Amino acid sequence: MADEEDRIGKLKGKQTKRAPRYFDDSSAEASTKDKHENEKTSERKSEGKKKKSGKKRAPAPDSDHVDRKRGKEAWDSDEEKDPFPGEAPVKEETLARYTRGEENKIKIRAKTAGPKLERKAMEKKFHLAAKQAARAELLLGEDHGYLEPSDDEDTSQLSQTDIADAVDISAAQKHFDLKLDQFGPYRMNYTRNGRFLVMAGKRGHVAALDWMSKKLLCEINVMEGVHDVKWLHVETMFAVAQQRWTYIYDHQGVELHCLKKFNNVLKMEFLPYHFLLATASSTGFLQYLDVSLGKELVAINAKQGCLNVMTQNPQNAVVHLGHANGTVTLWSPNVKEPLAKLLSHVTAVRSIAIDKTGTYMATSGQDRYMKVFDIRALKPLQVYRMSAGAGHLAFSQTGLVAAALGNVVEVYKDCCSSVAEKPYLTHRLRNNISGLQFCPYEDVLGVGHQDGFTSLLIPGAGEANFDAFENNPYQTKKQRRDYEVKMLLEKIQPEMIGLDPGGVGQVSQLTAQEVEKRDQEAIQKKFEPAKKKKGRSKSLKTVQRTKGVEEEWRRMKVRQKMKEQEEQRKKKQKDQQKKEKWGSALDRFQRKDN
Amino acid sequence: MKIKVLSRNPDDYGRETKRDIQRLPRNYDPALHPFEAAREYTRALNATKLERVFAKPFVGALDGHRDGVNCMAKHPGSLSTLLTGACDGEIKIWNLGSRDCRRTIQAHTGFVRGMCVTPDHGNVLSIGDDKTIKMWSLTSPEAGEEEEEPVQTILGKSIFTGIDHHWKDATFATCGQTVDIWDHARAEPLRSFSWGVDSLNCVRFNPIEKHYLASCAADRSIILYDTRGSSPLRKVILNMRSNVLAWNPMEAFVFTVANEDHNLYSFDIRRLTSPFNIHMDHVNAVLDLDYSPTGREFVSGSFDKTIRIFPLEKGRSREVYHTKRMQRVFCIKWSLDNKYILSGSDETNVRIWKAKAAEKIGKLTPREESALTYSDKLKEKFQHHPQVRRIARHRHVPKEVYHLTRQTRIMKDSRRRKEENRIRHSKPGSIKKKREREKVVVAEQE
Repeated sequence: MADEEDRIGKLKGKQTKRAPRYFDDSSAEASTKDKHENEKTSERKSEGKKKKSGKKRAPAPDSDHVDRKRGKEAWDSDEEKDPFPGEAPVKEETLARYTRGEENKIKIRAKTAGPKLERKAMEKKFHLAAKQAARAELLLGEDHGYLEPSDDEDTSQLSQTDIADAVDISAAQKHFDLKLDQFGPYRMNYTRNGRFLVMAGKRGHVAALDWMSKKLLCEINVMEGVHDVKWLHVETMFAVAQQRWTYIYDHQGVELHCLKKFNNVLKMEFLPYHFLLATASSTGFLQYLDVSLGKELVAINAKQGCLNVMTQNPQNAVVHLGHANGTVTLWSPNVKEPLAKLLSHVTAVRSIAIDKTGTYMATSGQDRYMKVFDIRALKPLQVYRMSAGAGHLAFSQTGLVAAALGNVVEVYKDCCSSVAEKPYLTHRLRNNISGLQFCPYEDVLGVGHQDGFTSLLIPGAGEANFDAFENNPYQTKKQRRDYEVKMLLEKIQPEMIGLDPGGVGQVSQLTAQEVEKRDQEAIQKKFEPAKKKKGRSKSLKTVQRTKGVEEEWRRMKVRQKMKEQEEQRKKKQKDQQKKEKWGSALDRFQRKDN
Repeated sequence: MKIKVLSRNPDDYGRETKRDIQRLPRNYDPALHPFEAAREYTRALNATKLERVFAKPFVGALDGHRDGVNCMAKHPGSLSTLLTGACDGEIKIWNLGSRDCRRTIQAHTGFVRGMCVTPDHGNVLSIGDDKTIKMWSLTSPEAGEEEEEPVQTILGKSIFTGIDHHWKDATFATCGQTVDIWDHARAEPLRSFSWGVDSLNCVRFNPIEKHYLASCAADRSIILYDTRGSSPLRKVILNMRSNVLAWNPMEAFVFTVANEDHNLYSFDIRRLTSPFNIHMDHVNAVLDLDYSPTGREFVSGSFDKTIRIFPLEKGRSREVYHTKRMQRVFCIKWSLDNKYILSGSDETNVRIWKAKAAEKIGKLTPREESALTYSDKLKEKFQHHPQVRRIARHRHVPKEVYHLTRQTRIMKDSRRRKEENRIRHSKPGSIKKKREREKVVVAEQE
């Protein structure tokens, strides 16, 4: 409001008299203006001061612009508000989400102003881009789901039927049960756009379906035990980890490949941007398959025995493995050793999950604890004591955590940065849970168990607004084909997998020590004497020559250092002399009389 | 309790009719777009590779001359017209759009040394080894007329080696033993300038400060003139002879010379003690150069059978053009629409090249345009990454050029080493290290 008045005051001042300039003397102003105007200016000044001390100024519209548009009479009354207050302000926290890194503050040592101006212009552009992106949130069409209990209600008591009754019919249809009690327990996986589901029963039943319309893509029995199943980059292919080898099937159930190198696989992860299928086997090997080339990239022996706990960090494509000794190890295909090791539990790790932003990792162990870590700092944040060790954990896109405790699913909200006192939702099934995943872009949690598959409604679990250039649940066949080609063109090379995914876009800044070390290495290069003839390359001669040259190098360095020191000394002396002669620059303000 | 579950209406996400385009909702939240830097890098790398794949600079050749093409002239009013003069005294006027010869004039006996079109676009002036200046009408003769006769012929006293027209007035300058300023209406020069030398090989009017002239002489000098004065202004002597001089069309005080010592030197006339940039990459004498109309780049043709494009502020060329059959490049021009380069060479052909090797000829759709702008920006962003730089810089050059480049580098290194050794083994301070630019100018005279 203060701003509003300030602006109106400013406009009025403009109409009556010449606009005040920042260099105007207040006494000169007083002589030209009447008393009323004078009051106004002083008020304005005090407000201006207030504004400076305040946090941030709300964007005010260009006063000249408004003036021209509206004319004089519009501003006659002080009460009337500006009907065109300019662009809507962007919230600080929204802007922060779209800002990529801080402003570049490295000092530019250039003789001309060009580079500095260039960078200034660039920063301005970055800021504008962030602002525009933040402003585009207005255009997002969907709102997130939610549960809003009144004071005496508890959301954890809410049953699935309650939720299904309360919501519209199309949403209620997303809660369903598939009774498949012959081939369970089931593992399952959703595609990246959340449209398709593939399930695989322990006894060999594999089915892929469009789960929303319940249209079956294929249903096969592989006549062999199945450990895990994963979609590849599009919904036309999925990988199945079977008793001995890993197989790739297409969406019609036709076997495309048999990967005999990938044997005894227990868990799989697909890295979509790298086209890598990471597998963890009971023989203790972590293997990577490049799906675009059909070649094994690397096989790493994790040296921790059977690997049955595995997940990926979606932000940097690092694979996390959980081990029987309670450690969690971080792997990239470029290094044969773990990138980091973390002791998370005293007993075996049962499950790991990582959130979409790559910030939080939740682990559960047989010691019945669930712990939340900050994986950027590798530091624990929260510890929860559960009723049982969670066999499966899953993060939703909005940061909800689902834990499978025997036959009970518990979903927690805001459990990473703050302590969650009780579950957000719970659901009890008849049998033990064998697979858990939130469906992307839907408020749905898929649960695989002994008796088949259950789809649960979890309000507020899914990202409401998808980006069609990234994942599009309403993709047509043609769009899928284009998307596949685009993805293949943009395939990130596996060499770029590391803990910092943005490294390639940054300027490497060597520290002073590193620069010194590099220079030292350059100086300390060995002298290699040239081969000479006529007996001048005998060992003694070469040694003598080498010694001579190295001695000369050393002398050169000493000479250089001495020269620098001498220059510094001279400069110091000169400054001293100058100071003695002229005194300090501030001396001119000293009173002459004392 | 209030409950809401995500429930999308599929109609909001599909298209209404089959002819409609698909709806693609966007969400710019960075959390939904992981690996931003890595994906941009991959795109930049792909864009760089594609640029090299699409780099097909040769557009076409104009053949018809019976001897080497010695000089060329652009038509200031028509993009599709090109005039070429050959070593057998023939002038041909070409239509570049249809790539055919419109007219052939047997203009001189001996070489055609230079040509220029008058600013009113009506006539062309040519000089030859027969000591004549001839003015030809650019309008084709009627069907009945046979012999091509010049509008005007001036018999000179000595041989002419270069000609250039004033950018506005009806005056032109020739060089030979002296620099002469002529008027269209008179058969005698208005004024003659000489400064010690008896053979000059190039004269050029400044396109912005229209009274200024510059010429290159056989005594390794560059001489500046003002047509309003009676004597030359300034003389700069370089290490070796300069073949051609070209003024920057945008910056009045900048000119570049093509030198016999394989380099090009860019000078600022306000400070002639040293060039402000040396452009190296040719491995033999540079025979001709021409500025792009933007003044940011220029193209040069050399005795080493290659054409190179240099940015004004860079020391190295950004592009090299060559073909198996192209011989010594005698003359080169940058077209006035900034899109093509025209070269005339010893083996009688005139060639048309693209100024940007990977550019698509023709109209771009808005989507193509935006995709190209985006990939250009990406290439710029990642230009210093070793992979990107290696691909962007790679050029295949003829074997001779490749070996000569290596040889030149070795020679340069050894010269530098020798100088360093000399400094090291003499009394400190007795030998001053000279910068490369300071070595170019031998003397500056007023």
